[in-house]
Formats: sequence, C-alpha cells, structure tokens
Amino acid sequence: MSTTINTKCFPLPSSLKVIAGTERAQAAYPYYMQFSKEDDERFWFYNSMHFPEPMSAFDVTTAEAAYCALGAANTRVHSLPTTLGIDYRIINGRIYIGGNAVTDPAEIARRTNEFQQRAFYYYEHWEELFAQWKQKMLALIRTAEALPKLALPEFEPLDHVRAGRGIASNHYLLDVYQKTLEGYFRMWHHHFEFLLLGYGAYLTFFDFCKKAFPEISDQTVARMVAGMEAEIFRPDDELRRLAKRAIELGVEDLFRDGAVPGDIMQTLERSESGSKWLEELAESRDPWFNINIGDGFYHYHRSWNDDLSMPFASLPGYIANVKAGERMERPIDKLMAERQQLINDYRDLLNSDEERAAYDQMIQLAHRVFPYVEGHKFYCEHWYTNLFFNKIREFGALLAAYGFFPNAEDIFHLTHYEVEAAIVDLMTSWSNGSPPRGPARWTPIVNERKAAIAEWARHETPPALGPVPDVIDDPAIVMLWGITRENLEVWLAAGEKPDSNEIKGFAASSGVVDGIARVVMTVDEIDRLRRGDILVCHVTNPSWAPVFQKIAAAVSDIGGSMSHAAIVAREYGLPAVVGTGTATQKIKDGQRIRVDGGRGVVTILQ
Amino acid sequence: MHATANISWFADITLADCPMVGGKGGSLGELTRAGIAVPPGFVITTRGFEHVLAELEKQNPVRSRVDALSLQDLRGLRLLSQEVRARVKSAPLPPDVRADIVAAHAELCGPDLRWPLAVRSSATAEDSEEASFAGLQDTYLWVKGAEAVLEYVRSCWASLYSVPSMSYRRKDGTPENGVAIAVVVQKMVDARSAGVMFTRSPLTGDRSVITIESAWGLGSAVVSGEVTPDRFVIGKITGQISVRDISDKRIQHVPEENGGIKHIETPEALRGAPSINDGELKTLAEIGRKVERHYRRPQDIEWAIDRSGDIVLLQSRPETVWSEKDKAPVARPAPNPLEHVMNIFGGRR
Repeated sequence: MSTTINTKCFPLPSSLKVIAGTERAQAAYPYYMQFSKEDDERFWFYNSMHFPEPMSAFDVTTAEAAYCALGAANTRVHSLPTTLGIDYRIINGRIYIGGNAVTDPAEIARRTNEFQQRAFYYYEHWEELFAQWKQKMLALIRTAEALPKLALPEFEPLDHVRAGRGIASNHYLLDVYQKTLEGYFRMWHHHFEFLLLGYGAYLTFFDFCKKAFPEISDQTVARMVAGMEAEIFRPDDELRRLAKRAIELGVEDLFRDGAVPGDIMQTLERSESGSKWLEELAESRDPWFNINIGDGFYHYHRSWNDDLSMPFASLPGYIANVKAGERMERPIDKLMAERQQLINDYRDLLNSDEERAAYDQMIQLAHRVFPYVEGHKFYCEHWYTNLFFNKIREFGALLAAYGFFPNAEDIFHLTHYEVEAAIVDLMTSWSNGSPPRGPARWTPIVNERKAAIAEWARHETPPALGPVPDVIDDPAIVMLWGITRENLEVWLAAGEKPDSNEIKGFAASSGVVDGIARVVMTVDEIDRLRRGDILVCHVTNPSWAPVFQKIAAAVSDIGGSMSHAAIVAREYGLPAVVGTGTATQKIKDGQRIRVDGGRGVVTILQ
Repeated sequence: MHATANISWFADITLADCPMVGGKGGSLGELTRAGIAVPPGFVITTRGFEHVLAELEKQNPVRSRVDALSLQDLRGLRLLSQEVRARVKSAPLPPDVRADIVAAHAELCGPDLRWPLAVRSSATAEDSEEASFAGLQDTYLWVKGAEAVLEYVRSCWASLYSVPSMSYRRKDGTPENGVAIAVVVQKMVDARSAGVMFTRSPLTGDRSVITIESAWGLGSAVVSGEVTPDRFVIGKITGQISVRDISDKRIQHVPEENGGIKHIETPEALRGAPSINDGELKTLAEIGRKVERHYRRPQDIEWAIDRSGDIVLLQSRPETVWSEKDKAPVARPAPNPLEHVMNIFGGRR
C-alpha cells in the first residue's frame, strides 16, 4: 500500500498505551510482535476479522504461523508483483497488521516476470494441484491424529527395554510437542498455497462486473461464482440429515430446547431406534463435526465434536422444519441452474461480443479456482486446528497433573516457547527425580495473564493506527480483509460523528428486517440468541450456521461479501450487513434495529 | 378507427412512419403495436402543418429566413419567432384537416365529448433522431372539447418556432426543409402517480439496473422539475430494490375542473410517503424491460399510474447520453485468459 502521508491519521502506535496493570502480560508476547518507534511511520489496522478478541499468549501462534505462510506464498513462492507479506504486532492482546507494498516499477516488473511463471502454472494446473492438495492435507491430518498419547510411566515399559528402544518416554514429550507445533506451521503453508491466487482470480471477475455494471451488488457477483457443494456446507447438511433421521426413527421428541446432549444420548442408548440414531450421529461426526464454533483461531473455539451442545441446540429447529414439510436437502441442481441463469442474464446485458468473450474468460477462471476458496477452510481452520489445540490441551492436562498450573486450559496462557520450556522442565524432573520447577513459577503468571485478557476485552481498540494511505492497492489486503480507502473514510467518519443512528457496511444478503439486537462479543454468548433476534458480532461465521435458522438478520464489524458468513446468510435468505467497522460498538444489546441487507445499512431505531 | 391522410391511429403506426407522425407519435404507435399499454389516441400527421406552412410561405418566406438566422442574433431570433408564431396561430385550418380532427376527436372520446385529452407536439426532421428535439415543443394537458383541441393543435405547430426550438435547430445545423411537426392527441390519464424511468442508470450508465422516479399526480411536475421525485433503483435481473429515496413531495400537478392543470400542495400525510408501491415498481420495471427488448437499446420512458392502479406509458425514447460512451469495451478477450488476473495482481488498477 502507499505510504504517502495523508493529513488524515489514525492514532499513532506509540500513542496507544498498554493498559495499566497488564504490562507484564503484554511483555510475554515475543519481542518481534511488540510495537516499536519506527512503526509510527506505517499504517496498521486491527485484524478484528480473524482476531476479534484479545489473544492469549499461546493463541498468537496462529498469527505467527499464518503470517509466516502467507508472506512466504506472496513474497517467495508466487512472487506477487506489488506486495510482499504481512507484518503483525500485538498490543493489549489485539493483533494489528500492515501490508508491505512493492512500489518500484522495475521491481514490480521483475516480480511480474516471476509471478507469471509461477502463478500461471498454478492456474493452468489448478485441478490436479488441488486434488494433490487434498491428499496432502488428509495426510497431514492423519499424521497429527497418529501422534501418540502422552505418558510418563514410573518405569519404562518392559517391552520398550527388551526391544532395545533406547529412547525413554520423556523424550517423546518434546518430540510430540515439536511435531504438533511443526504440523500447525506446516498446515498454514497448505492454507495459503492457493488462497491468494484463488481470491485474485475471483476479484478479476468481480472487478470486471463492477466496471461493466457499476451498481451491481457484491452479493450478486458472489452468487454468480459461488459453488454449492463445498465442504463448509456439509456440517450443516449433516444436521439436517440427522433431524430427518430422528423423525424417521421416532426419537425426535427427545430433542427439546434446553435439553442436555449427554442426557439425550443416555436415553437414546436405551432403545434400539435410539442406538440406530447414535450410529448415524457417529457417522456424521467423523469428520463433519470437526467444525469450530468460531474461526478456529482461538483455543476456546471448540468443535462440535468437543461440545455437542451447539449441534444439539439446533436440532429442535431443524426437526420442526422437517415436520413443517420443508425440503431438507439443498436443491443443488436448482441452485446451479439459477447460478447459470444469472450468469447468462448479465452476459446478455453486456455491450458487445468482445465484452462477452472477456466475461466468459474471467468467469471460467473464477469457477475453476472457487472450490479451493470455499473448501479449504474445513480442512485447515476447522479440522486441523481442532486436532492442534486438542493435542496442546493434552500437554496442558499433563502439566496440570504435575502441578504446573491448576487446569489443563491454563496452558494457553503460556507462549509456545514457554510451553516447550515447561515440557523440558517436566522431562528433566521425570528423569532426575527432583520436583519440577514449574509449579512454583507458572500459576501466578497464568492468573496475571488471564486477568489481563479480561481487562483488555473491556477496552475498545482503534480500528486502525498511523497515517492513512492515499490508496490501498495491496491486493492481499483488499482481498483478505476487504479494506479499501473508502472503508477507512467510513472508520474515520465514525470517529467524528458518533451520534449518527445509521451504520453502513457491505450489502451481503438482501432483505429488510427489524428486530432486537443481540451483541455477541464471544462465542460463549451464542446461546443468548432467541428466535427472531438480530445477531450483531465482530465477524459472522459460517460454523455458526445453525444459529442462522434462529436469527432474523446478521450484522458484523468486518468481512466482505464473499465471507462465508455472507454466503450462509444468503443460503438462509437472511438480510446481512458485514464490514460495518463499528456495529458492535455502536449498537447496544437489546436495542431495536433495522437491517437493510440490500443497501448495506443498519439503522438504530431506539 | 378511421385513418385519413391527416389522421393516423396509434395502432396503425410504426417507427417507419416517423416522417409523417413525428418521433413521439411514431414511438407511441410502436409501443401500442408492441402490446404495451398506452392511452389510446391518434396523430395529426405533418400534412396539415405542411399545408398551412405552404400558404404562409406564399405571403412571406418562413423556412429560408429561419435557415438564415444567426445564433448570435438574439433579437432577430425573438422577432422572427414572434412573427411566425402569430401567423401560424392565426392561419385558418384547411377544411379537410379541421373535419378530420373533429371526426377523430369524436371517435376517440366516444359518448363523452368532453373527455380530457393531452395534445402533444411531435416534431420530425430528416436525418435527426427525435430524441434531440425532445421537450422543445409544447404539450397541453387536460384539454376538453374539439374546439380546444383545434386551438392547441395550432399552438403546437407554432411552438416549432419558439426561440429555444429554432436556436436548437440552428445550433444543430438542421436544415428547415426537412423540419415539420405532427400533433399527438391522446386520452389523458388521471394519474395518481407518474414519473420517468430509465432502463439503465443515468448516474453510472449501468445496464443492469432500472431507475424509476415518481411523484404524486401528473408526470408534468416531475418532467418540469417542479418536484423532487421519489427515486428507486431496481436490479433488472435480481429484481432487488437497491435504492429507495423517498423525497418530500411538496406539490403536485392535478387536473383543473374546466381543462388544463393546476399546482396544489400535497396533503401533509402524503408528502413523505412513497408515491409508488413495490408491486407497481416491479410491474413498471418489467414493462421497461419489455420496451428495451423491443427497441434493443436502453430507453428513457415517461409513465403514469391511474386512480385504479393501472400503469400506462406516455413516451419512450432511446437513451442517448451513455450509449455514446459504450463504444469502448470494459475489457477485451485476452490471448491467454490468465492475463486478466494481472488487473488485480499487476498493480495496474
């Protein structure tokens, strides 16, 4: 992005202070994530799309791994002509990121030459490379699943000794931990292997549509490109299937609002038809319940498999829908035919055969890349991430058992370096018979950091820092975060006119609805949503899909019209406005609001 | 319906008849034949006008003197306009023209000979699109009775020699010899709401949207700019209403008891209320699409909704502003389709 200094400016990073009393928690983050004086020269924005809540010391591993991989793909693998990777900093638990634009024309030309040899090869061999990608991802998942359970026996098992294994159990703690961490970093490389190229091909078509039809809505372009069979829709489809099976097996009355999953399952076990349903459930769970109630970037975004209350809570609604005669299978053929009709209708409106030929070229490419754009999330952010955090949780349980801290979950308040140190501490203690040093050290630190996270969550943080660039032409930032110069104007204006009762965002899914706003800041609050409420959150998430059958509309702070949230909202026919920047700050829980998803406007009515 | 050399009925007219019925008359006929609801009416062909003008030319030339006018000579323009208008208005109507108009009037009105009518100019010029003359000549609304029609027919003819009309033709260099004027006589619609519709965006040229402007009462208030209309934008393909600006419509044009129209203040409760409902918007947009398909190019349309909710079109002409800009394509096909992605990655935006 351009670094030209504009008179308009967000607060400088140096003016943003660490909240009093949390300095030590802030210092725990690695040195390379801390703001420094030079950072005042650059523009940063709060990545509330991916990291809407303060990040614990361990969870920042996600930022490290993701930006290492994103940057490598952009800078070194595909050689994007005009941008390198993303820089990131953390303050008060909030992750700020900044682009790294290439502006020298000679350098752009040099990188363009590389790009065309690399990226074009990917586009040309997209299907085979993507098929290969799925195999690589599944292999990575199987490897992570196959990592042994952690154990520190009093004596090394006799068969290990007799087999001459030679390596004692304590070593495998380090081995498994490093493999776990390594796997996570590796997964993020897979994640970004195609992503920017996929978004770029999509944006190429998007850009054309916006030029040819300046008033076309983002969502209409999205509808022309979106596929229908991506993995990300499957978990929700499985729930519909299970609702239908529950009725067929005559066990549907057990699923009532407020019923505890464990109780339901116990009752089911006692009958033949109940057991049959449980078999169906088991089939759905592997792998489709490996979906997080979040984006998978926080350790507490547990999967449906880990916590069945989310999927179970939505079953009564689905069962009611089936009984009301609603067709449960998504009509794929019909949706595809509608998509084709839409493409043809817009094609007909173009001005010349020349334009139509260019349009055809671009939409073909967009369709080619889109299965990856839609499909990768399930494997990466959901399935693999669950495995990762759960394995770390195992280490947490082990360390907690040795008194390092009270609860297994406390491990997430150590950095990944500190976790390794604690593991080596435990390995040493097990080996030499002395007590570990950790128990005396970590509990107060964990408590201090927990308190800091809670404190940070109570404070708002500026949406951006530093001088406003004249233009944002970093394709990565535009593509992944939907941040444009116009967005920034809106954010700046929001700071100037706090009393306006209108909030503007991207029109993600059309329709107009009035309702009570439920401002949901963390996933834990999802169960506060009642039928007919309007969900107001930092980022609407596709894995919240079951929530969408309950709510009347959705509003989010950040997100583009291609976010999965927007796609799910359109599927459910709910109005949605995304990328408002400030909705969760401006709208108070319980207020009556109107969501106009066609115009991208939210109005506070009272 | 009785056609004569002086009278053509809408149902018999196509665009090919424009030299005789003018652009507006041709368009109304074309719409009628395309099955679009248009208030019924007939056109007094240019024959009557040519006849009257020929008589006037014998006394003192008209066309050659208009041709000779200089745009800079404002006084000359004004004086010639005054003279020719007065002469046209006072010239006696040829008896056959008069008889044909009276007969057609009776046929159009049926038993109620005081049925309110619109009398509208429909100018024509060789080698020139009607659109370029739009709005320059007079229109008379809520005209009642054959005598009043005869009077206003001559007023329409005379308006061909208004200062703005003549200046426009001089600026355009249109030779007077091809210039003539027909007159449309059409049943008036007691409009509850009326306005204009563009089958592409007047703001951005987008062909995928229809813009509809609407206000209470007769459309003349919208066309003349006396009221800020409600404004709606509807996706042609999606049917979505993406813009819905409801304005404060202080005044409206309504019929005067004894003919003509008057301005009244809009009742308080209606001022800020939408002057058209969503169902009507959708129907109107469908009509717009139908007309656009018929003409194979974006249209600029005047419409009205009567007191019973029926929609009629009063005019349709090709959109001219953006069609000029269409000539450069948004993109051309690339030898290697992948080159398109450089628009995003190459920093060329």
